[in-house]
Amino acid sequence: MSSVPTPRKQSVVNAFGQLVIEFVQATGDLALFATSILRWLCRGLPRRSVVVECMYEVGVRSIPVVLITGMFIGMVLAVQGYQQFHLMRMETRMGAVINMALVAELGPVLAATMLAGRVGSAMAAQLGTMRVTEQIDALRALGANPIQYLVVPRFLSCFLLIPLLTVMADAIGVAGGWVFSTQVLGVDATYYWHYSTEYVAAWDVGAGILKSMFFGAAIALIACHRGFKCGAGAEGVGQAATSSFVLSFVVILVLDFFLGMFLNDIYWTLWPGPSSFV
Amino acid sequence: MQPGDPFSDPFTGEESGRSIIELRGISRSFGSQEVLRNVSLDIRAGETVCLIGESGCGKSVTMKIMASLMQPTAGKVLWNDVPIKDRTDEELVRDRLRFGYLFQGAALFDSLSVFENIAFGLRQNTTMSDKFLAELVTERLKDVGMSPASAHKMPSELSGGMRKRVGLARTLALMPDIILYDEPTTGLDPIMIDVINTLILKTRKRRPVTSVIVTHEMSTVRKVADRVIMFYPLSRLEPGQPQIVFEGTPEEAFASEDPQVSQFVYGEAGERMQELSLL
Repeated sequence: MSSVPTPRKQSVVNAFGQLVIEFVQATGDLALFATSILRWLCRGLPRRSVVVECMYEVGVRSIPVVLITGMFIGMVLAVQGYQQFHLMRMETRMGAVINMALVAELGPVLAATMLAGRVGSAMAAQLGTMRVTEQIDALRALGANPIQYLVVPRFLSCFLLIPLLTVMADAIGVAGGWVFSTQVLGVDATYYWHYSTEYVAAWDVGAGILKSMFFGAAIALIACHRGFKCGAGAEGVGQAATSSFVLSFVVILVLDFFLGMFLNDIYWTLWPGPSSFV
Repeated sequence: MQPGDPFSDPFTGEESGRSIIELRGISRSFGSQEVLRNVSLDIRAGETVCLIGESGCGKSVTMKIMASLMQPTAGKVLWNDVPIKDRTDEELVRDRLRFGYLFQGAALFDSLSVFENIAFGLRQNTTMSDKFLAELVTERLKDVGMSPASAHKMPSELSGGMRKRVGLARTLALMPDIILYDEPTTGLDPIMIDVINTLILKTRKRRPVTSVIVTHEMSTVRKVADRVIMFYPLSRLEPGQPQIVFEGTPEEAFASEDPQVSQFVYGEAGERMQELSLL
């Protein structure tokens, strides 16, 4: 009776080498995919109805989830910050911390995370299913370019609409933090706003919105790429959706760190503070 | 027709018999798995060719390579004597429109209605008015025996046979000169199989199209094929044996004494039962 062959053991060096090769291949493939998106963006847009439908799905249908999460994040920051500030009798400064955290970091990252979870995974699964069921081949057979028809509208929707979602997350978060701080925790509203406007500048809001555009581009790129490279069957589609979210989330945080450092450098170059004279 | 201007000619009677698709030494692998090895074949204008063979022997891959929907690992593909690699992207898209492709599961776009599916290629490649488009879609639906009322249904509301017929209507909408059918009758009941076979014949009668059909259905081979090409899985080939084990008319295929051919066309398991330890 024949027995099932045992798989050959791989040495650590082999496994590491394999990982490096796979990483380089995946990165190269993603770069080529991004290049083809840019090429098709320059060649012209697909039909307006296709773009509008995609924008509705990405933008309008993401509003409720972004508003709900944004509001609760604002309130959570108020709850967590109050005890610490109260100990120092500095509750009125809470507004500065809550609003700064929201517009510079939490608003853009939260909107991007929601987009990656709600839209990115769905895009990867949808495109993956289209690939598995040969619908992408059918597009090509009917004279349409799948990148132009499927990817460009999704990329544009994510890239152009995430700033608006970020603004909404910022606004509702600020409102949530203010309502909870002033109406429930009893912080003085006048000083709350006074310190908020003193510490939060237009630059911080703008930097957050600018970062969100990079997040939107990364989410669309990763989700569409995962969908196009989806493996066979239901398992392949599931993996494409999962890996799209996980990879997008990691990339959002990494991008956030590097863009944050870069934008801070620009800020201090344009408006040198006292520290630069030390 | 000007030399080097592929597909500029209509498929007239005097042109029929000329090779319009040529595969030369085609190989294709997926990772470490080799599916096609050094396959060469010609498809001549006006004929109906059936590609047969066991599942996984590379028939559908061959057809996708023919339509340039998949690239071979080695070898070249010629359309009207011109290698497809010599074409620019625009020329490739334009010439590919001469091919109609009926996919295995019909590959209808889930998010679009039957009407939008059939009109898709026309919207994409022409500036046809909505009124003319509606007339044309209705006509194509009638061609495949479907009621114009079904135009507003979504693909999820259709049965397997209806999906295949909508797929065929979508394929025919662009008036292709070459139609590639990938298992058009798989999963259908015997009556629907005959309906699809009849539609294939009807399409050919109406216009001088060239057809390539991947099928496991011998009734399709008997009814529509002018020529049969049989593939064999690489894992079962003798050393040095070509992957195409038979090429000839349907009558020759059914009369063949080669066990590789006769076992397939008559559906006999033969030595496979011992190999699978089922006996």
